[in-house]
Amino acid sequence: MSAVLEHVEPPVKAESAMSAQSVPVASPPPPKGSPAAWLAVRATALVKALVPVLLGAVVMTTLWAVIAHFIPQIPTPLVTWIEAVKIFSDPFYRNGPNDQGIGWNLLSSLGRVGLGFGLAALIGIPLGFLIGRFSFLDKMSSPVISLLRPVSPLAWLPLGLLMFKAANPAAIWAIFICSIWPMIINTAVGVQRVPQDYMNVARVLNLSEWKIVTKILFPAVLPYTLTGVRLAIGTAWLVIVAAEMLTGGVGIGFWVWDEWNNLNVTHIIIAIFAIGIVGLLLEQALIALARAVSFGNDIT
Amino acid sequence: MRTSLPKPMVERAAEGSSLVRNAERFIEIRSVEMVFTTRSGRFHALRDIHLDVKKGEFVTLIGHSGCGKSTLLNLIAGLLRCTGGTMICAGREIAGPSPERAVVFQNHSLLPWLTCFDNVYLGVERVFSAKESKAQLAARTHAALALVGLDHASAKRPHEISGGMKQRVGIARALAMEPKVLLMDEPFGALDALTRAHLQDELLKIVGKTGSTVVMVTHDVDEAVLLSDRIVMMTNGPAATIGEILSVDLARPRDRIALAEDPAYVHYRASVLEFLYRRHGMPGDKKAA
Repeated sequence: MSAVLEHVEPPVKAESAMSAQSVPVASPPPPKGSPAAWLAVRATALVKALVPVLLGAVVMTTLWAVIAHFIPQIPTPLVTWIEAVKIFSDPFYRNGPNDQGIGWNLLSSLGRVGLGFGLAALIGIPLGFLIGRFSFLDKMSSPVISLLRPVSPLAWLPLGLLMFKAANPAAIWAIFICSIWPMIINTAVGVQRVPQDYMNVARVLNLSEWKIVTKILFPAVLPYTLTGVRLAIGTAWLVIVAAEMLTGGVGIGFWVWDEWNNLNVTHIIIAIFAIGIVGLLLEQALIALARAVSFGNDIT
Repeated sequence: MRTSLPKPMVERAAEGSSLVRNAERFIEIRSVEMVFTTRSGRFHALRDIHLDVKKGEFVTLIGHSGCGKSTLLNLIAGLLRCTGGTMICAGREIAGPSPERAVVFQNHSLLPWLTCFDNVYLGVERVFSAKESKAQLAARTHAALALVGLDHASAKRPHEISGGMKQRVGIARALAMEPKVLLMDEPFGALDALTRAHLQDELLKIVGKTGSTVVMVTHDVDEAVLLSDRIVMMTNGPAATIGEILSVDLARPRDRIALAEDPAYVHYRASVLEFLYRRHGMPGDKKAA
C-alpha cells in the first residue's frame, strides 16, 4: 500500500521537473521583498507537495493498525518498525544457508534478476532490431510472440528445472523469459516508427550505412528500447519473488516463504516493504535514464 | 531500413563545352510522368511535365493541395523515381537523392539528438571530408550557421530553439553542402505569419549572396511572387501538369513593403490568384498525393 502511494508521487514530481527542463521558462520571479519572503514561498510549495503524501501514509498506517487490532496475528506498525530497524541494522550476517541477512537476500534476488534480464537484453534487443527492420521476420515472429507472451513466466519454471537440473538457473530462466518480450516488442516498434523524414535526410545526405545506424536508427530507437527495459525489469522483479518461493535458496522470495513457515508475519511485512522499495528504485533509475535520452520528447 | 541507399555518385559529366547549355537548362525535365501503384490501385499523379530551370534561378511551384507539387519536388530530389520521361540536373540524369540537390523539408527534419552544429556537420562531413581537414569542416559548419544568423545557437539541441530557428538550421544544413540546387518543400508552411515573413527576407538575402538555384514548393501566393524569378502554376490532380509559368520581372533586391504597392507586384499576384481560384478552382476534398 505504502509502496503504491510512494510509487505514484515521484513520477508526478518528475513530470513537472521535465517540463521545466524542456521549456526554457524563467524561474518564478523572486517576490519583491526580502529573501526571507522568497524562502517562505518555497516552504509553502514544499508543504503543499508533502501534505498529500504524508496524509496517504497516515491513512495507510491507521488502516494497518485497525486491522492489526482485530487480527492479533498481524503485527502493529510500531512492532514492525522496531523489528525492521533491528533487521536493517545488521543486513549482512550469515548463519548458514537458511538464515542470512536481508541484504544478502535482496542481493541474491537482484543478482538473479540482473543475470536473467541481462541475457534477455543481449538477445532481445538485437532481435527486436531485426524484427523491426525486416517485415518478413516480423510476420514470422509475431504469431509466436503473441502466443508465448501472455504465458505466466512461472509456467516455464519446470522446463527450466528440466533443462538446467538446478533451481538457481531455472529461476534465472524464468526471469529471462518474462523480460525478453517487452524488449523485443518495444525495440521492434521503435525501429518501425523511425520517422520517414529522418530516413529521407539520410538519403539526401547520402549517409553511409554505419552513420545511419549510429546517428539515426540507434538514437531514434533508444527511448523505445528503454521503455521495454523498464517494463522488463518491473516484470522480472515481480516474477523473481514467486520463482524463489518455488525454487528456494537465498533470496527475498524464499525469505518470505521461509518466514511464513516460521510464522514470522512481521518479517513478511518487512519483506513486502523491502521488495516495494527496491522495485521503486529500479523504476526511478530507469525513468531517469530514459529522460536523459529523450531529447525533449515526452516519455511514457 | 525500409529504403535502400543510392549508390555513390557517378563521376561528373564533362564540363566545358556543355557549360553554356547547362547554365541555360540546369535542370531539365522532359515529359515526366508519375504513377503511384498503391494498394487501392494506380494513381496518376503527374503527367507530361516539361520544365527547364536556369542556373541561379529561383522557381516556385504553386498549386492547390493534391496537385502533385511536392511529388515533383521529390522527383527532382531523387527521393522518388519518375515512371516516365527524363530528368537531368547539371548534365546528369537524376538517379537518386544526392547532396548536390539538397532538400529543406517542411518540418525541418533535424535529428533531435544532435546539436544544431552536429546536424549541419553531418552533411558537411559527408560531402567534404574526403578533401578537407576536421577544422575546415567545422569552419564550414560555423559559416553556414552564421549565414542563417544562428552561430550562437550551434551547441543547442533542436528542442531548445524555436520553430523558425529550426527551419533556419535546416536551411543551413542544406546550404552547407554547397548544393547545385536547393530544393525547399513548403519550408515556411508550419511557421506563423511574422516568422515566415522574416525568414522569407532572410532567404532572399542568402540567395542573393550565394546565387543558389532554388526550386521551392509553396501554397502562399505572396511568398511565390516575392521570392521567384518564375512561378510554375500547376493544375489540379489527379494527372496534374503545369498549367502556366509566370515570369516575375521585379528588380532585386526586393523589399516587401515597397512591393506591396507596386503595380507590377499587384498584377503578378492577381494573375496567380486568377489562375488558382478562377481557372483551376479548389478541388473537392482530395488528399495530397
